[in-house]
Amino acid sequence: MSFATDGDAIARSQAGYSTAEPRDFLALLKPRVMSLVVFTALAGLLIAPNHVHPVVAVASLLAIAVGAGASGALNMWYDADIDALMTRTKTRPVPAGRVTPTEALAFGLILAVMSTLTLGVVANLLAGALLAFTILFYAIVYTMWLKRSTPQNIVIGGAAGALPPVVAYAAATGTIGVESLVLFAIIFIWTPPHFWALALVKSDEYGRAGVPMMPNVKGPARTRLEILLYTLVLAPVGALPWLMGFASAAYGVVAVVGGAAMLACAASVYRVREGDAANRIAMRMFFVSIFYLFALFAALVVENSLPPLLAIWK
Amino acid sequence: MAGPDNSFVPRALTEQELRSRRARNIAVGLAIGALVALFYAVTIVKLGPGILRTPL
Repeated sequence: MSFATDGDAIARSQAGYSTAEPRDFLALLKPRVMSLVVFTALAGLLIAPNHVHPVVAVASLLAIAVGAGASGALNMWYDADIDALMTRTKTRPVPAGRVTPTEALAFGLILAVMSTLTLGVVANLLAGALLAFTILFYAIVYTMWLKRSTPQNIVIGGAAGALPPVVAYAAATGTIGVESLVLFAIIFIWTPPHFWALALVKSDEYGRAGVPMMPNVKGPARTRLEILLYTLVLAPVGALPWLMGFASAAYGVVAVVGGAAMLACAASVYRVREGDAANRIAMRMFFVSIFYLFALFAALVVENSLPPLLAIWK
Repeated sequence: MAGPDNSFVPRALTEQELRSRRARNIAVGLAIGALVALFYAVTIVKLGPGILRTPL
């Protein structure tokens, strides 16, 4: 017969009793972020010059995905207090009380260790070390330090989100190639205008939670200017894979058209500053930026996984 | 300073607690099974089937 104890959530957790469902632990992994990580990592794996056995490739991607999930779980453990204050995040498992902080922490730590060890064994030590660095950077440098202390939080913290292609490339080759660093640069420079577009609309919520996002600290005008400046850099950087010769002309077309669309959005965000129209345009920038990044990496994935198409495009 | 309250009164698990524990157990079992299969497949790929024919 099983026994449990009355008391608060921590007491229940210590006694080994919980009402958390598997789907709550799945939510701790931030599945949507995880899918983006897998997608960008797949591109990093496919642009590698050497052949990787499909089983090793799948195992590596799985380890990178779980590592990203571990980062998400550790983030939700640490940020439960501010997550509870924002409508977008208050239904997450920890602030909603479905998973205790102790469970989230243990889950994140176990997955972090398992994923890095697995990648180190399955691929190579460099890839495992890079994955460990990515998790630590996201959990400690971004979540525990930058997020609550500076409006540059997502600029520097964006490095964690930009590293998966580098990790995957290292898993395939055992090195950090310039091609993977270009993919890193694309995601790194894409991150600020993407998140600041959302922050312009949600600045009240971030302010209530005490998170110093750019619009709350420097004001909307400065944020709009920085979105425009970052996008001006992003558009040519997005075309680098084509310009440097490791992506086809078809990728170049996607990058140029996508970059132009991003610039048009950023210019609108800069120009229209008042009323509902301003919010609508900022949200359009947010969604267009998601589509832009997806299109760039989809082009890389398609042309590298479908050699016959590549031959036609080149 | 007040320490943790250790005066726990044991009780039977509720239906919901039993149900969620069973679901978690199944999920952990499936995850471990998948991990075993993954490591087996990777071992065969990296070492090759010749590992099974190594002379003792």
